[in-house]
Amino acid sequence: MSTISRDEVARVAALARIDLSPDEVTRLAGELDVIVDAIAQVSAVATPEVPATSHPLPLTNVYREDVPEPALPVEDVLAGAPEALDGRFLVPQILGED
Amino acid sequence: MTDLTRLTAAEMAARLSAGTVTSVDLTQAHLDRIAAVDGDVHAYLHVNAEEALATARDVDARRAAGEDLHPLAGVPIAIKDVVVTQGIPTTAGSKILEGWVPPYDATLVERVRAAGMPILGKTNMDEFAMGSSTEHSAYGPTRNPWDLTRIPGGSGGGSAAAVAAFAAPLAVGTDTGGSIRQPGAVTGTVGVKPTYGGISRYGLIAMASSLDQAGPVTRTVLDSALLHELLGGHDPRDSTSVPEVVPPVVDAARQGASGDLAGVRIGVVKELSGDGYQAGVSARFEESLEVLRGLGAEIVEVSCPNFEYALGAYYLIMPAEASSNLAKFDGMRFGLRVEPDEGPVTAERVMSATRGAGFGDEVKRRIILGTYALSAGYYDAYYGSAQKVRTLIQRDFDAAFEQVDVLVSPTAPTTAFELGSKLDDPLAMYLNDIATIPANLAGVPGMSLPNGVSDDGLPVGFQILAPAKQDHRMYRVGAALETALEKSWGGPLLEQAPELEEKA
Repeated sequence: MSTISRDEVARVAALARIDLSPDEVTRLAGELDVIVDAIAQVSAVATPEVPATSHPLPLTNVYREDVPEPALPVEDVLAGAPEALDGRFLVPQILGED
Repeated sequence: MTDLTRLTAAEMAARLSAGTVTSVDLTQAHLDRIAAVDGDVHAYLHVNAEEALATARDVDARRAAGEDLHPLAGVPIAIKDVVVTQGIPTTAGSKILEGWVPPYDATLVERVRAAGMPILGKTNMDEFAMGSSTEHSAYGPTRNPWDLTRIPGGSGGGSAAAVAAFAAPLAVGTDTGGSIRQPGAVTGTVGVKPTYGGISRYGLIAMASSLDQAGPVTRTVLDSALLHELLGGHDPRDSTSVPEVVPPVVDAARQGASGDLAGVRIGVVKELSGDGYQAGVSARFEESLEVLRGLGAEIVEVSCPNFEYALGAYYLIMPAEASSNLAKFDGMRFGLRVEPDEGPVTAERVMSATRGAGFGDEVKRRIILGTYALSAGYYDAYYGSAQKVRTLIQRDFDAAFEQVDVLVSPTAPTTAFELGSKLDDPLAMYLNDIATIPANLAGVPGMSLPNGVSDDGLPVGFQILAPAKQDHRMYRVGAALETALEKSWGGPLLEQAPELEEKA
């Protein structure tokens, strides 16, 4: 029995901001089910006394001197943008209709 | 005249400094080779001919003027397309970045340019480095120079195939779970994933930031060491970059080539053998152990019991980090923008339409898996558990390295498989990285070098792992094994590969 339903895939795809076709949702539900079954075994050894590791080598935060450095020229940055206007990125409206 | 493309990078460097060959000669020879074979191999997404020749002319002029140059000055190189290159198109194998020309160089590219190395072009890869076969490139697969019907490995199949096809002497790869080492194994080439942070990640299009590591892709261990030494070292623009000098990798490679491994303790990882490993892969591995023993090394078996959970932990941590890193592809600042077919054209709906159209199947699969693993209600069970497994794997490595100097295993469980044979079975594809993933989870360095051909006539790879920041240990052992094996073969393994048809 599938533990990852089509609805679940559609919900997660919406969170991830990826439009999927109905066929893609169906296929992903099946594939992710197999993958999650295989990887869920990690919880077998992840007992409470084991600390989590986020990074391979111990790290501390790094600061640099607070000295201004030259940034990329604005025109170079905007050259790769889908749309630009007046030295800025031109983007669609950021709020919905309602 | 000898074919210049068949020389090692070290030999090219020696001839350049002796003045018996020019960088223009070398660069043109490789551009000709690319034109002749890359229609079949498809290692390159972009060939940078004009700029490469300009760099070569400049280096030749500077050398003629008596300028003090880097040892690799004038030796051409190929760069994986996940590394940004100012003025040279960079796609990471994705449609979402088609036509994008970065406004800056990655730190490692700055170092390549500063050394005066002509950049031949950008190599093909699985989209955003997600895959083990290069079949997930949005621009079509790379084919294995040993057999054009087979995969060249992935994600860096383009870099490995370019080097194997003599279409570049050196290349740069990136390795998140094996993307340098597994392509090296299946193409009969050398690939090194340095210690995490050993080479700057600044300017790499990130997949999983706590796992990604750039490294050399070459035909010999010494060539990898020479490139490693150039690319490595601290970079203030990468806060995870190791703030220390590069380990003495070149000296170690030269020392290893002398063939003496007396006193070196080598551990065979018990969990990375047996079921699931092709018979020819296991046979070559055993033979290589005999060779190492003959060179004076002590071989013992060690157990890393938590390695069996590495694949599971990796396929939680990597997608989780990738889902976050790839959020920047939102159709706003660079790359593709697609508007929805109907309804209001809001930023959020444009982002969804852009990503739906611009990402391929494997990228969608991993982003959705990662988003799922991080979502409310699943976080502790999946992502939290995976991070604990990471601790256990690090402890396994720590315990193993108390007993031995390096660990060894086959690099990949099989030789190159047929194109298309695993595309419909993601889990089968993921299993290709079973032996390479533990190193990424622990941040330790790993190397793959060719150690023979299997029963099917295809190359096999031998993996060497060392403790963090002890990269030189694997260069010593690798160079020793390489020297002994090449003596027994009567030359490099790639000489056994069938000749590619050169097309006019």
